[in-house]
Amino acid sequence: MKLDSLKALNAERRARRAAVLLTDLATGADRLVREDDVIAGELGDAVKKAFRTGISGTVQADGASWFLNASLPRPRLVVVGAVHISQALAPMAKVAGFDMEIIDPRTAFATAERFPGVPLYADWPEPVLAAKPLDAYTALAALTHDPKIDDFALKAALDAGCFYLGALGSRKTHAGRVERLRADGASPEQIGQIHAPIGLDIGASSPAEIAVAVLAEVVRALRTRGLGEAGKARAA
Amino acid sequence: MSETTVLDESRDPLAIAEEWTDGGRDVALATVIETWGSAPRPVGSHLVIDADGNFHGSVSGGCVEGAVVTEALDVIGDGKPRMLEFGVADETAWRVGLSCGGRIKVYVEKLG
Repeated sequence: MKLDSLKALNAERRARRAAVLLTDLATGADRLVREDDVIAGELGDAVKKAFRTGISGTVQADGASWFLNASLPRPRLVVVGAVHISQALAPMAKVAGFDMEIIDPRTAFATAERFPGVPLYADWPEPVLAAKPLDAYTALAALTHDPKIDDFALKAALDAGCFYLGALGSRKTHAGRVERLRADGASPEQIGQIHAPIGLDIGASSPAEIAVAVLAEVVRALRTRGLGEAGKARAA
Repeated sequence: MSETTVLDESRDPLAIAEEWTDGGRDVALATVIETWGSAPRPVGSHLVIDADGNFHGSVSGGCVEGAVVTEALDVIGDGKPRMLEFGVADETAWRVGLSCGGRIKVYVEKLG
């Protein structure tokens, strides 16, 4: 590997950005590809797939043998609201490979007894997200129903390009939320990215079942990044 | 490749490879290119090796690291990449002991 490629790859990884290192196995020549780079042909399709799945492997493309080493940041799940659903979601998210953290300024909710072993911030989203910003490999689930707590985090997630945004609440609650986010400068296109009602429609009724629905929706969003609607339907 | 939310610089093979080369050491990088059957480390896993045989990371959870390090010293010496294959069907593999029953292909190259 070229030293330049190694340094560039490590820089991307430190910045929590995805990268794929392409190595021509016949010559040993390598090249670092970032997520916005456009590569034509069969190799381009394989690179796109590597970015989506995070799976590394060897491919035969355009008459050569390539090794694609995919480096995707470990996905984070930021949950606003130390509520009942979050209690069920925390262990499930951990098993599924997500680093989950919880933000809730209500100190009666955000206690270590209720969330053993989960990074917990008993503070408002503003200071927490300023210290630990959201990014493209972070999902945000707003679960408090309280606009004073949820709204700021949702707007921050839209601006950071989070791969998933979901908000708990009825359609009526969401309509009010849409009005407030619009007034706050969010575009209709941005607002359309918010999953509300939150979670895949699996008929979930208990808090734990809702947590399953939310986690499934987060996984789908992660693994269908960059696909059109038709591709998302196929992947679903 | 799985990693912590923030890169763990003290244990990450690629971060160590960068640190070692910056410190003026000759370094080889071994990467799992393909696996068949049950293999202990996934495709994309790295082992970083210096000219004195110091190494960090893992390509097989300890089964074939010794053999990879030996080959890596040759790669550092002549600069030519090598493709290594280990598996139960292979006598060498028995000797070095990939006892899990899987097969792996490891690409070893010099950095820089």
